[in-house]
Amino acid sequence: MISSLGQALIWGAGTAAAFGALVGLVGGVARVERLYAWPRRAAYAFFALMFAANLSMVYALVTHDFSVKYVAQVGSRATPTIFTIVSLWSALEGSILWWGAILGTYLLAYSIANRNDHPRAVALSTGTVLAVGLFFSFLIAGPANPFLPVSPVPGDGPGPNPLLQNHILMVIHPPMLYLGYVGMVVPFGIALSALIRGEMGEAWIVSLRRWTLIPFTFLSVGIILGSWWAYAVLGWGGYWAWDPVENASFLPWLTATAFVHSLMVVERKRTLRLWTVALCLASFILTLIGTFMTRSGIFNSVHSFSQSDIGPTLLAFIAIVLAVSVVLLAARGHLLLAEPGSHQFPPASRESSILINNLLFTGITFVVLVGTLFPPLTEAIKGARISVGEPYFNKMAVPLGVAVLFLMGVGPSLPWGAADRATFRRNFLAPAIAGLLVVTGCFAAGVRSGWALVTFALAGFAGFVTLRELLLPGLTRMNEHKEPVWTALWNSAVRARRRFGGYIVHVGVITIFVAIAASSTGKQHATGTVATGQELTLGPYHLKYLGAENGEDPHRTWTAARGHVTGNGIDEDILPRMNFYKTRTEPIPSPAVITRPAEDFYVSLIAFDNGGKTASFNLWIFPLVGWIWWSIPTLVVGCLIALWPQKKRPAEAVAPGAAPAGGELKPGAA
Amino acid sequence: MTATTRNRFILVGALLVAGAGLAFLAFGNLGQNLVYYWTPGEMLAQGERAYHATIRLGGIVQKNSIQWDAGHTKLTFRVADGKEADAKSVMVMCDQVPPQMFREDIGVVVEGSFSEMKVFNAQRLMVNHSNEYKPPSGGEKHDWKKGLAESDPVGNK
Repeated sequence: MISSLGQALIWGAGTAAAFGALVGLVGGVARVERLYAWPRRAAYAFFALMFAANLSMVYALVTHDFSVKYVAQVGSRATPTIFTIVSLWSALEGSILWWGAILGTYLLAYSIANRNDHPRAVALSTGTVLAVGLFFSFLIAGPANPFLPVSPVPGDGPGPNPLLQNHILMVIHPPMLYLGYVGMVVPFGIALSALIRGEMGEAWIVSLRRWTLIPFTFLSVGIILGSWWAYAVLGWGGYWAWDPVENASFLPWLTATAFVHSLMVVERKRTLRLWTVALCLASFILTLIGTFMTRSGIFNSVHSFSQSDIGPTLLAFIAIVLAVSVVLLAARGHLLLAEPGSHQFPPASRESSILINNLLFTGITFVVLVGTLFPPLTEAIKGARISVGEPYFNKMAVPLGVAVLFLMGVGPSLPWGAADRATFRRNFLAPAIAGLLVVTGCFAAGVRSGWALVTFALAGFAGFVTLRELLLPGLTRMNEHKEPVWTALWNSAVRARRRFGGYIVHVGVITIFVAIAASSTGKQHATGTVATGQELTLGPYHLKYLGAENGEDPHRTWTAARGHVTGNGIDEDILPRMNFYKTRTEPIPSPAVITRPAEDFYVSLIAFDNGGKTASFNLWIFPLVGWIWWSIPTLVVGCLIALWPQKKRPAEAVAPGAAPAGGELKPGAA
Repeated sequence: MTATTRNRFILVGALLVAGAGLAFLAFGNLGQNLVYYWTPGEMLAQGERAYHATIRLGGIVQKNSIQWDAGHTKLTFRVADGKEADAKSVMVMCDQVPPQMFREDIGVVVEGSFSEMKVFNAQRLMVNHSNEYKPPSGGEKHDWKKGLAESDPVGNK
């Protein structure tokens, strides 16, 4: 029953998408005004049908309807309900189905937010996004069909991959990442529409900025949550390993970040327009490449689930999107080129620093892309299996990343247009001293790693600049308008939300830089085997092994080592575990982590012997590592402030080039 | 040639140089940091070229070859191409606690480097026993390559 219902809904969604894409693109190109409303209606229909298809799959999962192929694959009566619902995205077919639902949600939001604006532009962009929707409907109806009937109907299923039901983070991390990933299709649609029309007005910029910032926020949160999950669940004592699937999420983030910055130059200086459009198209293409890498099975990992048939189909689609993008850039790009005379980039200016920022981000993208795609290309061409080791990525990306941190201090200190010598000295002296003080302090405290010292110095420098840019307008107001501190800060922030929000994001990013540098250069590790009552020592910590314990959940059994940790002000029991799922032969660990603001003490259980008389542990100390994930609220708040619609103020002092046009700034677009 | 045009030429030139430099560095570094996926037999066939490269060696833990010194956390064993007695094999040394599932005749993946002493020094040891894993039957070669990345604690995400 659900099988035929689900397939009918997908066919319906595909039909709506095909119709909307056709009328949107044909009507937009041929300027047939009476067709402009139809892509929007098709988008509503696409959303409703995709959403219903997802609901029917959730229904099948929750009611354990094993006659549906996907449920038979990932369902199990023993799995807790929450993980049963989550298993909608825990395997290939379901994740593509869910991709469709998110695409539909973005289409709905975009169509509602822009229902009264620029009908031709919106018809073209909605048509483009619907064309992508058509492809995914085809994928769901064909190579990745989760609704296929199963016969004979099995009595029970294997349950979702144990790794994915081992931690509650798995409930939040994938949706965030998907919202980030799929959301890049909207700016792609807007950019393509601009290329087709050959114009790039203010409304276009505002809309593009908003619809890029939304997925950018989700993607940032999703990437950090993913690293947190790796740290909290996998027990290998790390959070980032330059794994292909991690890189797949990082690549579009890099280009989107470059894009968010270059758009400021577009607004102010009317230049870099073609470049910015190219970044936008690249971000979408990179999400497709990432989908291909994680879903086609060319890399073996939990993310790639199983060998699948969708690889070639996705590859063909990437080729089409790439071809369309290149052809449009070549044929229409000249219409977006800078106005004559606006090509000025004085060396010491904000616009030059953003240009260099963009080159750095492009450089990191290139380096990561090369390292990620080299192994599968080598295998395809020469048949030899290799991989690219972490040292490559660290050697290449760390210097570039440190340069980005340096620019975070330089850029905001430089004015738009050429800076004179006095401004230069005034703006740089105090932050440089702050950086020197920080590095001196760190050296005195015993930090000796070169990269860590450089990072801390630059973090002091950039942090000082960021706080100055955040607080100075408020302090000026305090003096000039005689306002109390908080009122002055509030008013200065409200008057320049984007600027304020942007710098708050910078605060979060600088924190992450410091946390990564500290936790990767200052980590300590010990490993050992102890009998009951014996101790292991690492740094100030003592771990006493008290004995083994066993337990049982409906979907797994576990063995844990009770330990008691003392030292560094800590006096508590920990219970690192090994979980045994009946569908998997090797145990899945659950490390125990004692978290303090200054450092984490991380204990992972490796093995038991003699029925628990002895146990072997891996111990780690990671300085400041928690600040990576604790930066998430700062990032989100900063992005939300920057996204919050600015009231119409034609004489806006902060962004003269960005006078709001049309209804693009209406609230509720998010 | 106007100043703007000249500046543009300088800019484009600088970009090309920077891009070429980055590409040069990237591919140079790439070559030095490749990890080779080999079986013991394949690695031995490489001769001297295998020395000091980073290698992910996959195979079966040979019978009666495990020596474990818990006091000094020293583990040695032999990894072989297959379960047959005459299968090509390599001695592996590792200062790690063996994971819970580690035992004879099981598939393992070790990452480290091979030296002139004909000993493989492993920094990482992973038991390769995924739920798809089936013991090879008859003369069938153990398909460690399939399970290789699956057992990777890093790739396992």
